Amino acid sequence: MSDKKKEIPEDQAMQRRSFLKCMAWAGAGVLWVMNAGVLSSCSLLHAGSRRGKFSFVQISDSHIGFNKEPNPDATKTFAEAVNHVNSLPETPAFLIHTGDISHLSKPEQFDTAAQILKGAKSSQVYFTPGEHDTFSDDGKLYLERFGKNTQGNGWQSFDYDGVHFIGLVNVLNLKQGSGTGLGGSGLGQLGQDQLAWLEKDVKGLSSSTPIVVFAHIPLWTIYPEWGWGTDDSAQALSFLKRFGSISVLNGHIHQVLQKVEGNVTFHTARSTAFPQPAPGTAPSPGPLKDVPADKVRTLLGLTEVTYVNNETPLALVDSTLA
Amino acid sequence: MNMSGTSTANSKPRESAAPNQVMIENFSFAPATITVKAGTKVTWINHDDVPHTVDENDKRFRSGTMDTDDQYSYTFTSPGTFNYFCALHPKMTGQVIVK
Repeated sequence: MSDKKKEIPEDQAMQRRSFLKCMAWAGAGVLWVMNAGVLSSCSLLHAGSRRGKFSFVQISDSHIGFNKEPNPDATKTFAEAVNHVNSLPETPAFLIHTGDISHLSKPEQFDTAAQILKGAKSSQVYFTPGEHDTFSDDGKLYLERFGKNTQGNGWQSFDYDGVHFIGLVNVLNLKQGSGTGLGGSGLGQLGQDQLAWLEKDVKGLSSSTPIVVFAHIPLWTIYPEWGWGTDDSAQALSFLKRFGSISVLNGHIHQVLQKVEGNVTFHTARSTAFPQPAPGTAPSPGPLKDVPADKVRTLLGLTEVTYVNNETPLALVDSTLA
Repeated sequence: MNMSGTSTANSKPRESAAPNQVMIENFSFAPATITVKAGTKVTWINHDDVPHTVDENDKRFRSGTMDTDDQYSYTFTSPGTFNYFCALHPKMTGQVIVK
């Protein structure tokens, strides 16, 4: 379809920026539409006519507590993202937060995030942690706050309208890795316990069941030099390869990237807090700072996913906050 | 350990590290390997504007969150080699050799 775009061209972003000026940092998003097993995205501006069986929204990397360049108020931009979700013509069935809820795992940062999410029209929110939510206490506080009804370190699965959703955790027990020969890769990892659970979880499912997997760190190798990948993701995907339609939603890298490999569509979402550089384009993955204040919201956003029906794809629309 | 090779065009003016200090800058530990005598207190200082941590591989010491300009110190009482990394950015690694 002509209105589907993987990325929103700059000229459109500019138009949107002036059009939605008064919205300040509240985001548009990318709406994801799944057709024939392939996710495609289009600007939310074109999404009004899309109707599916149901839709859900992915929000990611809210980093509550972040207050440096280029975004002095990550709480505000997260609230704007939630307002944006509330303004969608169809209320999403639920939200999925793909991690880095907080910047530093502090109780007040988790509180703020939970408080803002209470304002969402979609009352059901599923979470998976990012390393910023777990690094100081191995995820204890995260699990207490956001891990209800999950297993192990916070992994979970649920079914919605014929689609099987799987939330994986790949930010715990991270090992160092830099070619020092100490055994680590510096990548995300799922671990044997979770992999065993996953294998069992999907065993009884018909191969025609659409699968949506979400996790914080990408489950495909984007840029190992910055740790942008998951060590044992290939094993996880091997349990899923018999399924006809697999959508993998990740965060962590604060930008939209998409890849289709066989029946698997990989997608990463924008952050609602700050953008990060494209892989390898900067000395480090630190926040992109040299972004003019009026342009930052074009680099923040969320993802809306519309599930069309069993034979045709999900629709994903990534919206920016501009 | 010579640190002159680690600065980049974007780095802040480098403070010369005091003995037994490790600077965290540009997503790296400098010096990456430091050798001290048993009983020495080593101090890490985060000069980046993103948080980092100092986590020993076997959790023998863990700094917890180190935000910008935060410091963390650990006293090495017995000889050995201690490999550590940043729990937020596991590609960042360092080593303390205690003689």
